[in-house]
Amino acid sequence: MSTTIADLTVGEKGIIEEIPYDSVPLKLLEMGCLPGKEVELIQLAPLNDPLYIKVNGSHLAIRRETARLIIMTKSENLCETIKS
Amino acid sequence: MRDHQVIKVALVGNPNTGKSSLFNQLTGLNQKVSNYPGVTVEKKTGTAKLSNSISAKIVDLPGTYSINPSSADENIVLQSFLNAESDYPDVAVVVADVENLKRNLYLFSQIKDLEIPTILVINMSDQMERKGISIDIDLLKKELNAEVVLISARKNIGIETLKKAIVAYKTISTSVIADIADRIDADFFNKVKCTFKNISLYKAWLLITQYQNFSTLDTQLKEQIESFREDTSRLKKMQNRETILRYQYINTILKKTYRVNTNEATDLRFKLDRILTHKIFGYIIFAGILMLIFQSIFDWTSVPMDFIDVKFSQLSEAVKHHFSEGVFTDLLADGIIPGIGGIVIFIPQIAILFFLISILEETGYMSRVVFIMDKVMRRFGMSGKSVIPLISGTACAIPAIMAARNISGWKERLITILVTPFTTCSARLPVYAIIIALVIPDKRIIGIFSLQGLTLMVLYLIGFVAAIASGYLLHKVLKVNEKSFFVIEMPNYKLPSLKNVLFTVLEKTKAFVFGAGKIILALSIVLWFLASNGPASYKNATKIVTKENTSQQLSEDELHQKIASYKLEHSYIGIAGKTIEPAIKPLGYDWKIGIALITSFAAREVFVSTLATIYSVEDDNTATIKERMAAEINHETGEKRFNFPVGMSLLIFYAFAMQCMGTLAIVKRETNTWKWPLLQLFGMTALAYVLALLTFTVLS
Repeated sequence: MSTTIADLTVGEKGIIEEIPYDSVPLKLLEMGCLPGKEVELIQLAPLNDPLYIKVNGSHLAIRRETARLIIMTKSENLCETIKS
Repeated sequence: MRDHQVIKVALVGNPNTGKSSLFNQLTGLNQKVSNYPGVTVEKKTGTAKLSNSISAKIVDLPGTYSINPSSADENIVLQSFLNAESDYPDVAVVVADVENLKRNLYLFSQIKDLEIPTILVINMSDQMERKGISIDIDLLKKELNAEVVLISARKNIGIETLKKAIVAYKTISTSVIADIADRIDADFFNKVKCTFKNISLYKAWLLITQYQNFSTLDTQLKEQIESFREDTSRLKKMQNRETILRYQYINTILKKTYRVNTNEATDLRFKLDRILTHKIFGYIIFAGILMLIFQSIFDWTSVPMDFIDVKFSQLSEAVKHHFSEGVFTDLLADGIIPGIGGIVIFIPQIAILFFLISILEETGYMSRVVFIMDKVMRRFGMSGKSVIPLISGTACAIPAIMAARNISGWKERLITILVTPFTTCSARLPVYAIIIALVIPDKRIIGIFSLQGLTLMVLYLIGFVAAIASGYLLHKVLKVNEKSFFVIEMPNYKLPSLKNVLFTVLEKTKAFVFGAGKIILALSIVLWFLASNGPASYKNATKIVTKENTSQQLSEDELHQKIASYKLEHSYIGIAGKTIEPAIKPLGYDWKIGIALITSFAAREVFVSTLATIYSVEDDNTATIKERMAAEINHETGEKRFNFPVGMSLLIFYAFAMQCMGTLAIVKRETNTWKWPLLQLFGMTALAYVLALLTFTVLS
């Protein structure tokens, strides 16, 4: 299974790889959440949902069910892949 | 006469960009909000003087991130730019915040592509230095092929330059900027170009993708659009591609023109977020703020409200004394003045509530509330965004239900709309206040808590519990085939601008006084008429009563009162009250309370003014409403009419009953069907009846 934004822990970053166009509403992209952009998990709401993220200069809150759809690579993994 | 030119300006922008500040700065007090029943779209308009012979008519459109709407509110923006006939703007002013320029330019690029003269206003320029931002304005103008103005709406910087730019709107290029159609899908867009010859390409694209949002299209256009809508999945893919290409385009421009020193830490934001959205402290702080809001609604308003109450009854008295007796004096003293009093008395509460709510919104705290409450509210079929309507509902359900517009999921929005009338609005407050004062002793528990205050708190709690519980029920019962979607911006914290806050307070209060107030005043007059007119037995009241009492030696005063009583009983309203008496007797009410129940189906607060009217028609002694009610006797038992069981039964009835025509009208408008308001009317009233019956039976 691929990594998604829902897998980030607070403070972790990743690069968005793919946003499925049929299940994620356009609005999220329009607010700056785009493939290729860095995403950082800033804070989790008290019941671990929604997620407070920073992406492409925007600070957004999205629900876990949406976060689960957005595929990304964790930044540390990215470095490892580059190294190897 | 000199020609006076009026330029139509549409103000658009992302939320939290200071768009309202700019609107207030440009128009000052020359603004008008049209909402409430009867008006189709909520629209904020204002006029600004640009020069001696030119003024601007400015429409402040709802904040949005994109012209593609994801809520009812945002749909207004799309409609304003696509409906060519009605009030099409001459120039669009897109307000952007210097910190989020990239995302703001996205909306700008869409507006500009509509081929309308567009001015980009970059707000909060005074913060640039502190945040390490520099912008090459001249180059940006060239790259965007549009006018760009740097302003600070709060500090009143750059407003004159903006006015000059609006005056010169005809010189602004109307060419599209993001020429990306070919890169999205060249074949598709060539076909679109050839089919829609009279409209611009981007408009045609919006018509195709936002087809469901346009109800009034002629058949030929409809057919043309439908031919492009066969593969909606492909359309979605193209929209995504469009978004990515627009951002790419914006990035290239900003790389050349925008510099930011990232070492300027957003330290304060980080620290505040850590506390305000904390797993425990977050809720404690929110609960504290809620307590403060309620405390201020109860406590800070009691003095001005009592003052208004007393002043209006004094005014009625004065009118009766200074004018000669007659129908007109009666109408004024017993109909119009108490009617207006019944509206004015709410002003302190509505003003204070919206004062506090707009401060919470201005500072950016409200988004944090939405964030921490979302998961909780979802269990009850609502969204974190439902918190704002539910809090606003404590002032008035009408603006609260309209505030539900920015909830994008239909089911979540519908449930919010349906349950909001359960929250204790300020119209219930006078009913509660007067009954509590009558039946709950003015004592303190443990020396601190006032028993009356506690009762009021319990009633508020009942309202919230009823809202939440019915939300849960609706969540389980309602089958809505739709995926809810939730994304909100977490704006940076700001100090609230007093000017904006005061404008909001003024706007909401005005809307209440002139919107809901009209209904209340009209009803007071109708009520007065029905109470002072009636069939034959009413007209011959003096004769009948005098005849009946000839044997008894009554003083003139006693006779006079007997006649008044008889008149009321036989007036039209008395007949109506008598008719429903059998139905409400089990709840402990008599026909006089019955009259008040009937009239307060229009608006709850009318209950108090109705009883005031009824008792003043009966009794000319000028006392306050409360004194009159306390003196009322139940003739069957000889006890006070408003005793403990009756009082509690009334409190419970008013806590649950759907008694507000204005709310029903707004629900009809917002849901587009009578189904939901009727469900509220019958469901809530039935619930109220059963629970009041239970209360009365148990207590007596």
